[in-house]
Amino acid sequence: VEASATTTAGGGRSVLERSPLSRLPDQLMQWGLSTLAVLLLLLLAYFFVRLIGKSETAFSHFGLSFVFGNDWNPTSNPATEVYHGLPLLVGTLVTSSIALIIGVPVAVATALFLTELCPRRAQGAIGMLVDLLAAVPSVVYGLWGVFVLAPKLQGFEKGVANTFSFIPWIGGGAGDINAGGNYFIAGLILAIMILPIVSAISREVLRTVPPEHKEAALALGATRWEMIKMAVLPYARPGITGGAMLGLGRALGETIAVVLVIGDADALGHHIFSQGYTFAAVIANEFGEGSNDPIHASALFAAGLVLFVLTLIVNLIARRFVIRGTRGSRSAGTGGAMPGGAVAMGAAE
Amino acid sequence: MSTGRMDLTNLPTISGRRRNTDRVMRSLMWIATGIALVPLVLVIYFLIHKGGGQFSSSFFSTDPNGNFFGNHGGIRSAIFGSLELIGIATAIAVPIGIGVALYLTEYGKDSRLANVVRYFVDVMTGVPSIVFGLFIYIVLVVSKVGGSSYAGWKGSLAVTLLMLPIVVRSAEVVLLLVPDSLREAALALGAPRWRVITRVVLPTSLSGLVTGSLLAIARGMGETAPLLFTVSTTMNLSANPNGLMNSLPVQIYTDIHSPEASVEARAWGTALTLVALVLILNLIARAVSRRSRVA
Repeated sequence: VEASATTTAGGGRSVLERSPLSRLPDQLMQWGLSTLAVLLLLLLAYFFVRLIGKSETAFSHFGLSFVFGNDWNPTSNPATEVYHGLPLLVGTLVTSSIALIIGVPVAVATALFLTELCPRRAQGAIGMLVDLLAAVPSVVYGLWGVFVLAPKLQGFEKGVANTFSFIPWIGGGAGDINAGGNYFIAGLILAIMILPIVSAISREVLRTVPPEHKEAALALGATRWEMIKMAVLPYARPGITGGAMLGLGRALGETIAVVLVIGDADALGHHIFSQGYTFAAVIANEFGEGSNDPIHASALFAAGLVLFVLTLIVNLIARRFVIRGTRGSRSAGTGGAMPGGAVAMGAAE
Repeated sequence: MSTGRMDLTNLPTISGRRRNTDRVMRSLMWIATGIALVPLVLVIYFLIHKGGGQFSSSFFSTDPNGNFFGNHGGIRSAIFGSLELIGIATAIAVPIGIGVALYLTEYGKDSRLANVVRYFVDVMTGVPSIVFGLFIYIVLVVSKVGGSSYAGWKGSLAVTLLMLPIVVRSAEVVLLLVPDSLREAALALGAPRWRVITRVVLPTSLSGLVTGSLLAIARGMGETAPLLFTVSTTMNLSANPNGLMNSLPVQIYTDIHSPEASVEARAWGTALTLVALVLILNLIARAVSRRSRVA
């Protein structure tokens, strides 16, 4: 198209060159699309700045104890209200950790099953069912969690708390368990919600393991499991770690499913079966009453900011891992993008 | 002619311990996959068991009313509200998302700006939906843009922010699958870039783009958290995007908090409706992607 080399003697336009008018739509399109992309960046930056501005009141009142102080007391009375979010931070981290401990092993085993063991014919169907787990909206998981899972698991939780009463954090608190949910139930729901994401990314990563490695292991006499342990997992480990971290990012920020089963307790829980709170849950729950009190409202915005920064860090680390995990498997043109299919799916789910 | 075939019967056998480990680990993977599917089965079972009985013509044709006793009404306003909210969000998110993806694959490619855009789209993917709700609340709701504080279109914008990165990422993947030879052929025939995009790239990748958009719509449809701060809720049917609106997820969320058993039952019926819509969208998306020309 850019055939400017062949100019005519008179200095006019080459027959191969387009008239300025016919080049116009092309330039318009390039301009329009680039502006769109830049606007998207500016919009994000603007939101971020506004969120910081709104949380300033809370941070100037409470400083770092907003995150590390242990006293969340929303009384909407400037004399007595205190917003020290340690119980929320602990709740967020505990529920997400439970989600990872339960969800990741199952997700990776599922991914290994689908890529290494499953008969080819069943692969598509089972993979689709695992993906459909992600299609269920979070409010529906919350509904199921609060009316079915939390009441039905009460007996099991009490049994565990009594049997393992010697283990700190787990045992001892059987008396606190009620049908309304707690850290453990919230973590369990989160485990179900991150499973399809971790599994989808793990599958994508496992598919990039060169067949030569696997064949070499099998040819040397390895059993299937030894082949997985020695050839597949070491190769896929960074990618799987990245997938798990993306799941963590999702678990940290999940709101509606958690707020329904976390138990809404401002105080720090003493074991995994006690009622608690998370940053996201407290925003959703206290938003109605808090929006009229400037300090309370600012504290909730600050909670949103903490959540945002937390998930941002986790996601950026995850991105590094996933890129490293699938390097070389992507065409050159993508410039270090994540394995797009899995991430798009993960997001879509 | 002698074949020199290897005698396979005399190969060294695998020790019992190794064989057992292999068996145990393999069965663990089978079991894990089974466990992974249990929640899906249970959720769908309870939805049908508890929500299926709610379905009746009046369930879909009446609005919820605040009556504490007697008839609580159906979910008409929630269905229409959800469709309107997601319709507006789709109308914004899909064109912009595909536009940004086109910039990335056709113009930006590996340039610095394109990589920055890619990076931030990834960042957006990880932002919790409740934070998008807060963004819109701060920028549009507090300052009463458009005259009203809470409004349907503001909720649509929050959902748009959530859908955008999904649309961009999935569209970029699909656009990259269009073979360069097709683009080069069109360019060699003298077509300008924009004609190559509109006549070659987009038609070739159409089904993939539709799939990505449908998955984004399915995701946006079930979101509750951003709507709580932007649309608030109402029980009335309203087509005005500048006013309060009801929606399926918010209806479920408020119904869960009711102590009345029959309102709780309505939550199950609403959830079944929502899951059915989302699953149908997902299945259509998968069916479309199977007919894709490039993927």
